[in-house]
Amino acid sequence: MQEEKNIRVLTGNEACAEGALAAGMRFYAGYPITPSSEVAEVLAVELPKIGGVFIQMEDEIASIGAIIGGSLAGVKSMTATSGPGFSLMQENIGFAAMAEVPCVIVNVMRGGPSTGLPTLPAQGDVMQARWGTHGDHPIIALAPFSVAETFALTVRAFNLSEKYRTPVILLLDEIIGHVNEKVNMPDTTALEIIDRIPPAVAPDKYLPYEHTECGVPPMASFGQGYRFHVTGLAHDETGFPTNSGREIGRLIERLHRKIEQNRDDIVEVDAFMMDDAETALVSFGSTARSARHAVRLAREAGKKVGLLRLKTLWPFADKEIRAYAGQIKNWVVAEMNLGQMAHEVEWALAGAAPVKRLNKVDGDPISPAEILQALPE
Amino acid sequence: MSFRYEIRLSGEGGQGLVLAGKILAEAAAVYDELNATQSQSYGPEARGGASRSEVIISDEDIDYPKAVNIDLLLALTQESCDRYHSDLKKDGIILVDSEAVTRVPEGSFRVIKVPIIQLAREKAGRALVANIVALGLIAGISRIVSEKSLLTAIEARVPKGTEELNLKAFAVGLREAQAIMK
Repeated sequence: MQEEKNIRVLTGNEACAEGALAAGMRFYAGYPITPSSEVAEVLAVELPKIGGVFIQMEDEIASIGAIIGGSLAGVKSMTATSGPGFSLMQENIGFAAMAEVPCVIVNVMRGGPSTGLPTLPAQGDVMQARWGTHGDHPIIALAPFSVAETFALTVRAFNLSEKYRTPVILLLDEIIGHVNEKVNMPDTTALEIIDRIPPAVAPDKYLPYEHTECGVPPMASFGQGYRFHVTGLAHDETGFPTNSGREIGRLIERLHRKIEQNRDDIVEVDAFMMDDAETALVSFGSTARSARHAVRLAREAGKKVGLLRLKTLWPFADKEIRAYAGQIKNWVVAEMNLGQMAHEVEWALAGAAPVKRLNKVDGDPISPAEILQALPE
Repeated sequence: MSFRYEIRLSGEGGQGLVLAGKILAEAAAVYDELNATQSQSYGPEARGGASRSEVIISDEDIDYPKAVNIDLLLALTQESCDRYHSDLKKDGIILVDSEAVTRVPEGSFRVIKVPIIQLAREKAGRALVANIVALGLIAGISRIVSEKSLLTAIEARVPKGTEELNLKAFAVGLREAQAIMK
């Protein structure tokens, strides 16, 4: 019997909102900004219908503060913004990383710096997603390249944030956020949904920042009788501030260990026509669509070109790229910024083969023809 | 044989070209079981300013969602016609509002002039539905999306209470196209 299909035409922003609802997100706090506003628009309508809460805050600093609170109360929480708002959120992203509060921050990238290009695409926030907030902190960032994948990666963003008690950044770009595209909607009852692990001990035995083997401490929700202290200061296993060098070191190292030792679970790369490729493109988000088209055109012309598309931007897919180091003679990194990811690719390859940069920052997407032209003869 | 058909709807902000593009994409993707994307490009202004909405329809995966080799260009204003005709195919079609666009670019493409806004005002009842009159014209000229699918998509997408007006506007455009293509 043929399965009942549910085909819709949605934008990436709409699919992001739908994916968040499917993942169990029930608290959204945000401040509207182009090109992300449709995420809020959909959730303002849909959340109240299912017992969720939508709140428009006074700015982006308050927005991320609110979702950190929502998550501590046990509700999956999210905010969405674009460059200028993402800049304002940085301090509290660090707080969420330090206090290990799961939450999802959607950044629909537009041209920058500053207010930049509100309605035009860019991919200039790759490094800001990694290092926008200060101090040594781990982060997870995902970047979908289609509307259907935006739905899937939004669900995944929540799953990873719950599993590893960490903020997760979902980087869309204006094209993916605004393009209307055909989506065969997944059966939401069949999705894998991961929830944070609750404490297995009585409240008086609970250590909210326990140095567990997997690196992730169980998480109690406020209001359940587990009283604990949450702070951005370096803290010990009880959550209270400490000046003990041993405790501080253990904390910061564990924050990294919980992501690093699970990087194979987190990092996803899509290899397209890479098996016999001699030239490899590396790209992500909407630029990866142009790259995929360029690969098809190059193949028609008999050139052995493939595409490594990064679905996870952070942690970086260094191992996955290095795996092709002996095979690929030339690398081309295409991105709508001035080389933020290319630098990581060069570092991963450590000089194994030349890396050419294809960059564009004029508000116009990189076209398949431009990528084709950038390929070595 | 696979195909990729590119349509660019251009005019000024507020003329409903994004909605028209979304209806076209939905008709093709949901009801005609093809692949379709609709994307847009606009400035920071909410109304006015040159605006464009692009629809790609294909029987294959659509990698690049922007128009680069246009089969059909709709221009409802002179400014949009001047700015957005450059990617038209040699044998493409340019459909212009004959009152708003007086200078039509020269080239080997086919030019079709129709008083779209006037038809919307006088035959359909309101100038506001010029976008749907244009959809009727595009349906009749391109034959890329079925009439039935477009009617279903229009009914599903236009604001509640305006279905009749919009369906009428579509019929006006379609009839005009049939007269032209005879």
